[in-house]
Amino acid sequence: MDALILIKIIIILIIFAITLFIAMYSTYAERKVAAVMQDRIGPNRAGPWGILQPLADGGKMFFKEDFIPALANKKLFIIAPGIAMFTALMTSAIIPWGGTITMFGYTFDLQVADVDIGILYILGVVSMGVYGIMIGGWASNNKYSLFGAVRSSAQMISYELAMGLSILAVVMTSGSLSLKDIVEAQDGGKWNVLYQPLAFLIFIVCAFAECNRAPFDLAECESELIGGYHTEYGSMKLGFFLFAEYINMFISSAVISVLFFGGYNFPFMHELGLSPNALTITGTLVFFAKIFFFIFFFMWVRWTLPRFRYDQLMHLGWKSLIPLAILNLMITGGFLLLKDLF
Amino acid sequence: MESLSNRSIQVSNKKMTFMERIYLPAIIGGMIVTFKHIFKKKATIKYPEQKRPVSDVYRGKHVLKRDENGAERCTACGLCAVACPAEAISMVAAERKNSEENLYREEKYAAVYEINMLRCIFCGLCEEACPKEAIFLTTEIVPTYFERKDFIYGKDRLVEQVDNRVDITKRQIKQSSNA
Repeated sequence: MDALILIKIIIILIIFAITLFIAMYSTYAERKVAAVMQDRIGPNRAGPWGILQPLADGGKMFFKEDFIPALANKKLFIIAPGIAMFTALMTSAIIPWGGTITMFGYTFDLQVADVDIGILYILGVVSMGVYGIMIGGWASNNKYSLFGAVRSSAQMISYELAMGLSILAVVMTSGSLSLKDIVEAQDGGKWNVLYQPLAFLIFIVCAFAECNRAPFDLAECESELIGGYHTEYGSMKLGFFLFAEYINMFISSAVISVLFFGGYNFPFMHELGLSPNALTITGTLVFFAKIFFFIFFFMWVRWTLPRFRYDQLMHLGWKSLIPLAILNLMITGGFLLLKDLF
Repeated sequence: MESLSNRSIQVSNKKMTFMERIYLPAIIGGMIVTFKHIFKKKATIKYPEQKRPVSDVYRGKHVLKRDENGAERCTACGLCAVACPAEAISMVAAERKNSEENLYREEKYAAVYEINMLRCIFCGLCEEACPKEAIFLTTEIVPTYFERKDFIYGKDRLVEQVDNRVDITKRQIKQSSNA
C-alpha cells in the first residue's frame, strides 16, 4: 500500500513537471505560431531556433521589480496570482493520462485519482479559476483592472452553464461522471465527437471562453483595457497569471481530448498486438499528440479571429449556446430513451 | 451623383443570412487563410547576419577621403559644419608643418574632426557643401552603442584607411574634375 502511495506521488510530481514544462513551451509555441501565421520567423536568438526563449523570459520576469501599487489591497494583490496558478494546476489531478501499467509487481493507473465525480470536480475547479482573476482585478484598485475582472467573471459564469450542459450529453451517453469511465467507453474508435458533434462544438467554444483566450479574451484585451485584470501586475506575479493561462490551455486541451477524442484511445489499438505496458505508453503518447494538436488549435484560432464585443459575447453565450446545449441534451435523452425502448 | 474616381463602394446594411450568423463558415475560411500563411515565404531579414541591399548612394556613416597619395583632403574650411542642419559636425583647424606634405594635401588641415552620430540626420548636405571632395557618406550603417560618447566619431573612425580605401565613385557627379 505504501508503495502505491509512493507511485502516486511520483506520478503527481511527473505530471506537475510536465504541466509546467508544457506551459513554459506553450509561450514559445504561441510566439512561433503567431510569427509563422504572420509570415515572420519568431524568436530565434536564444539558443538554436530560440528554444531557450522561455528560460530567458522567465529570467527576465524574476529580475523585474516586484512592485505593489500604493492603493492596492496588498494581501489580495499578492494572493490573486497564487489562486490563479493553484486552480490551474489542480485540474490535472483527475485526468487519465494513460491506461494501466504493471511494473515491479504493482499494477497502477497513470492517473493521480480516479474520482467518481470527475467532471463535477473539473467544473468546480474551473469555476474557482475566476477568483484569481476577480481578486487580482479588484485588489489592483485600478479602473481597467476592475473592468477586466468584471468582464471576465461575467463571461466565465455565463459560459460555465453552456459548458456544463454540453458535458451532460457526454455523461448521458457514457453513463458515468468518472473521466476514466468516459475514456473507456470510447474504446475502439467510438469517439464522442462522432456521436456528439454539437456538444463538442459548444464545449470547445466554452473552453475558449473559460481560458480567456481569443476571441474571448475580453478580460485582458490590451487594445481596450491595457492589460485588463493584470494591468498593475509586474514581475513574477504577472508571470504567474500568464503562466496560469497557458496551464489552463493545456488542461483544457487534455479535457477536450478525454471527453471527445477518446483520451488515450486510438483506432485499432487492440489489433496491433502490443504488450499491455507498450500499449499504455503508446496510448499516453497518442494522448499527448491530441493535446498538442488542441494547444495548436487554440493558438491557431487566436491568430485568426478578432475579439468579440461584450454584448456579442453575452448574446452568443446566453441566446445561442445555452439553448443549443439544452436542445442537444434533449435529443441525446430522446435517443437514449428510444434505445432503451427497442 | 456621379463618381469621379469609380472607386466608391456602396455600403450595405443588409441583415446577415443564417449561414453568416452562425459564424462557422467564416471562421473556417479564416482559419484556412491563416494556415496557408504558415507555408508562405517569410518577410523577415535576420539583420546582423543578413542585410537589406541598399542603394549605391545610400546615406550612411561618413568617411573622410584621402587623395591618391594618401594625404587627407580636408582643409578644415568648416563649410560642412555650416551646412549641417543638425549641428553635428565640429572641427579644429591646424597649419601643416613642412614635413607633413604626405599627410595633408593642403596647407591647412583638421586637427580634430568630430561628427556626433546621434545628432546627424544623414541628409548629405556636408557632402554637397564640401569643396574639396573630402567628406562623403557611405552605405555603411552606424551601429548602436551603450554610451552616448561612443556616438561621437573622431578622425580615428572617420578618415579612411590608406590600405583600405572606401569606394565613393558611384556617388560622385560624373563631370567632377579632381576626383
